[in-house]
Amino acid sequence: MAKIASTAALKERILALLKRNARISAQEIADRLNLTAAKANELIAQLESDGVIRGYTALVNTDLESETRAIIEVQIQPERDAGFDNIAERICKFDEVVSAFLVSGRYDLHLEVVGKSLQDVARFVSSKLSTQPGVKSCATLFLLKKYKESGIELHKEEGYERLKITM
Amino acid sequence: MSVSRSQCKSTPKKSCTKTPKASVAPSRPRVAPHIAVLPKSGIRDFFDLVSTMKEVISLGIGEPDFTAPWKIREAVIYSLQRGFTHYTSNLGDIKLRRSICRYFEERFGGKYSPETECIVTVGVSEGLDLAARALLEPGDEVLYHEPCYVSYNPTIRMAHGVPVPVLTTAKHDFVVQVEDLEKAVTPKTKLLMLNYPNNPTGAGMTWEDKKKVAEFAIKHDLLVLSDEIYDELSYIPRSPSIATIPGMRERTIVFNGFSKAFAMTGFRIAYAVGPHDLIDAMMKIHQYTMLCAPGLSQFGAIEALDNSADEREAMREEYEQRRNVIVKGFNDLGLKCFMPRGAFYVFPCIKSTGMTSIEFATKLLQEEHVAVIPGSAFGESGEGFVRCAYATAMDEIQEALVRIRKFLVKHKLLK
Repeated sequence: MAKIASTAALKERILALLKRNARISAQEIADRLNLTAAKANELIAQLESDGVIRGYTALVNTDLESETRAIIEVQIQPERDAGFDNIAERICKFDEVVSAFLVSGRYDLHLEVVGKSLQDVARFVSSKLSTQPGVKSCATLFLLKKYKESGIELHKEEGYERLKITM
Repeated sequence: MSVSRSQCKSTPKKSCTKTPKASVAPSRPRVAPHIAVLPKSGIRDFFDLVSTMKEVISLGIGEPDFTAPWKIREAVIYSLQRGFTHYTSNLGDIKLRRSICRYFEERFGGKYSPETECIVTVGVSEGLDLAARALLEPGDEVLYHEPCYVSYNPTIRMAHGVPVPVLTTAKHDFVVQVEDLEKAVTPKTKLLMLNYPNNPTGAGMTWEDKKKVAEFAIKHDLLVLSDEIYDELSYIPRSPSIATIPGMRERTIVFNGFSKAFAMTGFRIAYAVGPHDLIDAMMKIHQYTMLCAPGLSQFGAIEALDNSADEREAMREEYEQRRNVIVKGFNDLGLKCFMPRGAFYVFPCIKSTGMTSIEFATKLLQEEHVAVIPGSAFGESGEGFVRCAYATAMDEIQEALVRIRKFLVKHKLLK
């Protein structure tokens, strides 16, 4: 690392730290990157106001919760000027939709949807999603178990205990 | 090539085995004197104490806390599936040696032949032992800088060489000074051992530092063993190996390995590159003692060199950030330490406490359950310092700093 890292490089490092642990303190970020806490706070505030950081969330092991999640593969008839955007943005407004991607391949939108129960999700798909203008078809894949999310493996592995002293 | 007993027939002058005599003269020592005098470790009691304690935060662990990247582990599993469970060439699998020489040229700047100028060893420690045994005659003197890794002195003595430590000081951030080397060199000096970035101090050599030492080695016609195991963990702009300086290639063996950069300590795998005659001499000893480095580890090593640069860089970056935290932490506590240029150690000065490094480490362990290594374990010049490894998770480093603060306050060394 160069002695004086550019602001862009610093922001990249801050983002990497926050993506790994959103609860890291500004002081620790500052100590890690040889900054003052004030400078770290200022850069984080910039990232927030620039819309690079959109929020902070907890990574929850959903296996342990009584909720139902599904991947929904949606085929869409694109619009002449807006393509997929208008329809996708409208679909994103439903609280049930927790993530949405436009993808290449045999369908267009890849959604992750959450509901209280299987029936809840099925109801959302049949009454809200598939009835949207422009939606041609929906295939619902219920999630059975999640192994990894946002780069974090969700199952616990027994760690190896290192020797307490090695030269 | 592997060696079998049948080869004894080719050396008719001496028989392979001697029939043991019925009795041995009582005056004859059972253990060779030059081995008997080797200390197991200057701080054995301290080690024993650490091992009995629970809930210790250890800053005394000289190996990465990261597990070897999955890619590397998976490559080893795959090699097992394919049945690669045999001896390799004594020098190491040729594919690995090609990867090493390609990687070495790319990262360290020197060009070596995979066929004749590269040997795969069981850790750098084996490589240094091979070189010492292959190059030294009884009474040859070896210069090495101190504080240094604990094996240097015994390795020289086991090869019947004479260790000549050259002290380095905090004043020069523990970089060896040519004036001091000049004072120590004699007509009997044959070898100079270098280890930068350095365990235990975290010192590192700039390109200018390397040029000065190279000039010294050439002037006195010394062979150089450059242990560069920590070079990938550098936090200053990296410069090429000292072996690339004109006049150095023919006199230098460079040692490097996988333990630190790729978190592969348990694989026991490393390499040396150097001029053919020296590597060939090392190979003779290696073939009779090790045959070859473990095959499985060699397949993991290929994956490390060919495909694991991102993982290596991510670990280096994390060490660098931890270094920033721990250095600031110690300096804030009044235990002065310089900003290490490489490796994963800080070497704070504890002279202001009025304790010896053993006292400091022992009391800190007993009272606050934090383990650090007394600097004196790395040679007398390490007295007054302790080695703290930051190859430990950040929350442990932070907790250790909190406990050290408490310790200093309790002993009225800090308000």
